[in-house]
Amino acid sequence: MPTYTLKINGKSHTVEADSDTPLLWILRDHIELLGTKYGCGIGQCGACTVHVNGNASRSCSLLVSQLQGMEITTIEGLSEEGDHPVQKAWIEHDVPQCGYCQSGQIMSAAVLLKNNPNPSDKDIDAAMNGNICRCGTYVRIKQAIKTASKL
Amino acid sequence: MTKVRTQYNRRSFIKISAAAGGGMLIGFSWLTGCTSDPKIEKVEIPNEWYEINGYIKIGDTGLVTIYSPNPEIGQNVRTSMPMIVAEELDVDWKNVVVEQAPLNTGFYQNQFAGGSLSIRLSWNALRMAGATGRRMLLEAAAKEWEISISDLIVAQGVIKEKNGERTITYGEIASKAVDIEVPEEIELKEISEFNLIGTSKKNVDGYKIVTGKPLYGLDFKRDGMQLAVIQHPPAFGMKVKNFNEEEIKGMDGIKDAFIIDTTIEDPDWNDEKGFLQLIAIVGDSTWQLMKAKRAINANWETVSELENSEMHLKKLEDAFASGTVGANRKDGDPDAAFDKASKIIERTYSSPFLPHNTMEPMNFFANVTDNSAELIGPTQMPEPTEKSVSKLLNIPLENITVNMTRMGGGFGRRLYVHYALEAAAISKKIGAPVKLIYTREDDMSQGTYRPAYQSRYKAGLDENNNLVAFSVRGTGLPEGSVFPNRFPAGTIDNYLAESIGVETNVTTGAWRAPRSHFTAGAEQSFLDEVAEAAGKDPIDFRLELFDRAINNPVGEKHDYEAERYAGVLKLVKEKSNWGETKQGVYRGVAAYFCHSSYVAEVVDIVLLNGQPKIKKVWCAVDCGIVVNKDAAENMIQGGVIDGIGHAMYSQLTFNNGAVNEMNFDRYQLIRHSQAPEDIEVFFVKNDIAPTGLGEPGLPPAVGALANALYQATGQRLTRQPFANHIKEKVLLG
Repeated sequence: MPTYTLKINGKSHTVEADSDTPLLWILRDHIELLGTKYGCGIGQCGACTVHVNGNASRSCSLLVSQLQGMEITTIEGLSEEGDHPVQKAWIEHDVPQCGYCQSGQIMSAAVLLKNNPNPSDKDIDAAMNGNICRCGTYVRIKQAIKTASKL
Repeated sequence: MTKVRTQYNRRSFIKISAAAGGGMLIGFSWLTGCTSDPKIEKVEIPNEWYEINGYIKIGDTGLVTIYSPNPEIGQNVRTSMPMIVAEELDVDWKNVVVEQAPLNTGFYQNQFAGGSLSIRLSWNALRMAGATGRRMLLEAAAKEWEISISDLIVAQGVIKEKNGERTITYGEIASKAVDIEVPEEIELKEISEFNLIGTSKKNVDGYKIVTGKPLYGLDFKRDGMQLAVIQHPPAFGMKVKNFNEEEIKGMDGIKDAFIIDTTIEDPDWNDEKGFLQLIAIVGDSTWQLMKAKRAINANWETVSELENSEMHLKKLEDAFASGTVGANRKDGDPDAAFDKASKIIERTYSSPFLPHNTMEPMNFFANVTDNSAELIGPTQMPEPTEKSVSKLLNIPLENITVNMTRMGGGFGRRLYVHYALEAAAISKKIGAPVKLIYTREDDMSQGTYRPAYQSRYKAGLDENNNLVAFSVRGTGLPEGSVFPNRFPAGTIDNYLAESIGVETNVTTGAWRAPRSHFTAGAEQSFLDEVAEAAGKDPIDFRLELFDRAINNPVGEKHDYEAERYAGVLKLVKEKSNWGETKQGVYRGVAAYFCHSSYVAEVVDIVLLNGQPKIKKVWCAVDCGIVVNKDAAENMIQGGVIDGIGHAMYSQLTFNNGAVNEMNFDRYQLIRHSQAPEDIEVFFVKNDIAPTGLGEPGLPPAVGALANALYQATGQRLTRQPFANHIKEKVLLG
């Protein structure tokens, strides 16, 4: 099996895996970063969203062999103390119900705010539409993104 | 204070204390601080813990552990159940940490998540657990100071002498309280004395969730644990004969492949009825298992009819004429009243099968040995899991443990226990601990679906536009969606309700607010149409019916309290400024009673580029005492979005027994841009013990949506999903 060296949350990790292994399973099975969630495996639900070179990306649809040299950030690496403005706003609005999709929602929202510090409702819808929340916390997510934009 | 007799004796507390003390170290920390902010200064970690009772453990530093007995599916009982204990214990919430209690049916009652029952069924037990602890701590302090317990007061975990200077904290006296006899009679607070219940406390798992800590079944790991996937037959009505076992076993990373059988004797309602024989593949990499799954080449045999969606529709239609009537009610003479009516309104409503689609797919950990089994994972039903695993493995119940992880959603799906049995069967076969993982495709195509329904409503108005006759006949696969004694039963002289079941081999079960979600949509949009035909405002029309139920009810009984039903309608009328018209804003209203709670909702829609967009939803809720206010609002908001989303966009269809929608590329769930812009929730204030909250917010949203869409488009939408049936030209016109 080939080996790959990935830069995740600022640290270098060498893993042995099939070349077609999605980043999602490298994170979950090989590196035990379990905050990135499996939801659909086909890039439709957003539960597995991570940052690759600063872009919100679906880790279930990126292959380990394509990622060498890229900067990968997961929910565990978004902030040291769990105090990224988006995380703080999520707690302030007590957004989660079951909570399973929320790390993906937070990773998408963090990129949105980095690129567009004052998003309109339409901007939020456009950036967040790939992240499904089955519990229906959409209204709170929108409020939390607006709060985070002021933090 | 109210004096009540406790439900416990010393023995039962000791029993649960032993269970709570051990067996809980299952791989990651279960201890959850009640403040989500890590910067808030916390009480030091105790050196010694003292078990006060099965719900409460107090540390020598004053830190208090409260065990949350029920499974957490996102309904937030891990916060609200301990809040009730903490209220009666009288402890500072900042000093509380929460742990998931182990399954112990000998002590905790009703350790399940379903029917919106967690708080409702445990309200008294949780209050008594807290009050018992408070009493024991007070007695210990009284004994220490050699004074009477009536000379003491307590607040926020500090006991004070009424007429003196002495104070002692719970942490300081806890070691002595463990020797106090469990009181047979205790005092509960008056509702007016509550200072924690009714406030808003953050989700105790909030910080862990937003920082991605492992919490869910799918995150569980144990050294030496294998991973497994299953493959079920491609269609309902099929069974596996054999498969390319040797080829699969030879694939990279695959350790074993075989067929499991999870058939058990005397299956209960929450045991699997469909796919009992499955192909299982074991390995240590999820991705390699998924690749092996795709390489399966199996022979399947057809064992019963392969159904499809057209056939389902026809079966439901035919059943109106030929089906066997189950639950029913008849008041007066509906046939004669319809004959005499001057106006008749008739409509048929339908909805498709729906999968639950919890975001965390089904999974479970099992470690089966010759005479024991350890099960860990996401289940709404730990006790039936234990029982069914015991039957499957022929291992006595006392040698089986089930521990609950936080769940990535439930919605009724995890009331069904088959995936735990499948994990147990695989662990037994390989003789090692294993975690079974469903793919999304497995999850969506091996479901325990919301049944498909059709209901026919008929109403007769007299020449003065009074509703004089009403009938509803509901067919469903496999059961009709009719509640014979719910509204409008009791309000109409001539009334008929009949439920008709139709057989199917598609596996079905409880789906958030079972039957209520469909009935509310159908009945409440039908009544909207009847009100219009009668020339009456839809809220006034309903209030008139409730007046009848209050003043001169028809028949022997009905299931609802008409005053409370009318109460939520009046509240939503006031809060939404019902009657006020705004250019381009279309409104619909609905009210429904289920799970012992009453909810009325108003939906406002605008048309943007010809497409409906929900601007705002107002909700008025009577669920008795609200425990955790902001979290309760969250539940109602989620219910509204769940109801609107599924009624508008979702359906599962079948072809030759196989599910057509296997993943979120073809199956549509509501997304951000389709959600209401705002949802405002108002609770009726009263002193009634809490009733259901997780489900009742959903059903009225379906009716209010349909009624608002009618105002916007002129179309009565009767077939779900509505989005498939809104005529394009109507919207563009």
